[in-house]
Amino acid sequence: MGESSPKIVIVDESPIRAAILEEGLREAGFTGVVHISEMQSLLSRIYALDPDVILIDLENPSRDVLEQMFQVSRAVRRPIAMFVDQSDSASIQASVDAGVSAYIVDGLKKERIKPILDLCISRFNAFSKLQDELDRAKSALEDRKVIDRAKGILMKLKGLTEDEAYVLLRSTAMREKKKIGEIAQSILTASELLK
Amino acid sequence: MTKPLRIGFIPLVDAAAMIVAVDKGFAAAEGLDVTLVREVSWSNVRDKLNIGLLDAAHLLAPVAIASSLGLGHVKVPIVASFNLGLNGNAITVSPALQAAIMAEIDGDRFDPMATATALARVVAKRRKSGAEPLNFGMTFPFSTHNYQLRFWMAAGGVDPDEDIRLVVLPPPYMVDSLANGHVDAFCVGAPWNSVAVDLGVGHILHFVSDILVRAAEKVLATRQEWSESNPDTLAALIRAHQRAAEFIEHPQNRAEAAGILAQPERIGVDADVIQRTLDGRLKISPDGTMRESSRYLLVGREGAARPDPLQAAWLYAQMVRWGQTSFSPEALAVAKGVFRPDLYDAALGREGKPADASDAVGAFAGPAFDANDIAGHLAAFKIGRRKP
Repeated sequence: MGESSPKIVIVDESPIRAAILEEGLREAGFTGVVHISEMQSLLSRIYALDPDVILIDLENPSRDVLEQMFQVSRAVRRPIAMFVDQSDSASIQASVDAGVSAYIVDGLKKERIKPILDLCISRFNAFSKLQDELDRAKSALEDRKVIDRAKGILMKLKGLTEDEAYVLLRSTAMREKKKIGEIAQSILTASELLK
Repeated sequence: MTKPLRIGFIPLVDAAAMIVAVDKGFAAAEGLDVTLVREVSWSNVRDKLNIGLLDAAHLLAPVAIASSLGLGHVKVPIVASFNLGLNGNAITVSPALQAAIMAEIDGDRFDPMATATALARVVAKRRKSGAEPLNFGMTFPFSTHNYQLRFWMAAGGVDPDEDIRLVVLPPPYMVDSLANGHVDAFCVGAPWNSVAVDLGVGHILHFVSDILVRAAEKVLATRQEWSESNPDTLAALIRAHQRAAEFIEHPQNRAEAAGILAQPERIGVDADVIQRTLDGRLKISPDGTMRESSRYLLVGREGAARPDPLQAAWLYAQMVRWGQTSFSPEALAVAKGVFRPDLYDAALGREGKPADASDAVGAFAGPAFDANDIAGHLAAFKIGRRKP
């Protein structure tokens, strides 16, 4: 193949993450990007698209389907796995840590695949950071609700003000080396049991 | 307590000894602090084991060999010191293919030669009528499922690379793919065959124990390098697995074991389906027909847990037969060396093979397996893709 932009297929069931990847690749000048979100007959779609590079999320069970490509030498040009190079364990490590795996479908040079993989790893990391923040925000909101209800119970049972109830929760949490949310949750559980 | 261990597994019933070893406290009793990590693909298990993100793993026996030989991926020597199960897979077919095979069958429906010959007639008729080739799903290129399907159909005259299509499917997708017609049949481990039957979308045509009496299925895999630098930890791990395997094999413990395995973060299907698998008592048809076999899945009995290099040699011979590699005596020695009965015996303070273990592969077709003459053995089979 020439020096034109390689054809890249992204196999990902998450549309948001695939969009983030695709955008990053396009910005970096990789224009031939196709996203496959449907896992049924994945292999025949890949054969039809005949990409130079395939990127797949490590947590996608269809990774095993791609392994079959390395067996079928009659149906497609002899495919080569990205990580067949024995010296490349640092790349494998980085890629596994980020959760992305890449396969080269023909003999694309390693120096040409490196920027694609680096970009995907940084985009994947950015995506999981976003996901973490979202999860944290969600759980903070959940905690707030639980704490508010626990405060209400303490105020009612012990005749405390809201501030006093919060101080009691916080000092208990510090003493027991637990999160305030956990203490609040145990108050809710106990009050359910004692109803 | 030793330093924490991370062990990967795929949610299948043949991870039973591993899961019970941890969840029943046998690993902790050996002073091990194990975290089980549920994985979604064999590629992931292999890669994470290879680069050290996992200390040990539930692994397809042929992947342990392929990885040690550098076939299909990076070459990382692997040690299999405990055999997690013998057999345990089944071939499930769609109601339409079941009917087609039964219409052509001449002989007992559980006789694999009779079904394979019937399949050959079904395939020939389809070709004549211009129908698409049948699709068979299996779990991985280097898998017992792949070799069992190929061995079975080739004995009846069906060439698995020419007459049908073999496709890799992740086990959790098997049942859906059968239901929506993407595949006509599949070979997979428990619980997926039973799930297909329970949903009315499949018939269990064969237990793989119909095809081979003893086939090493999954192993406890560790990197050779890790095994050499952590011999005491590995020995403790083997002992914990042995206790778990013995626990599971006691019929009175089956319900408890099935309950442990059924947990959502472990296998996550009904305990009842898992217990049927462990008991070897499976519903094989949506109409409720049951079939029992004492050989369906062997977790610890009949010496199943002790790695058998002869089994490794048989798996290597299949890689050669189907063109995944060419034969060499050196590679055969490496393959056999992956299975380590010596480590198993040393960890348990035992000597040699248990009295009730057999060293037969027990295939239903072809001559008895001879690990000392693989080329001669393979020459007896007409269909194959041997490389020069």
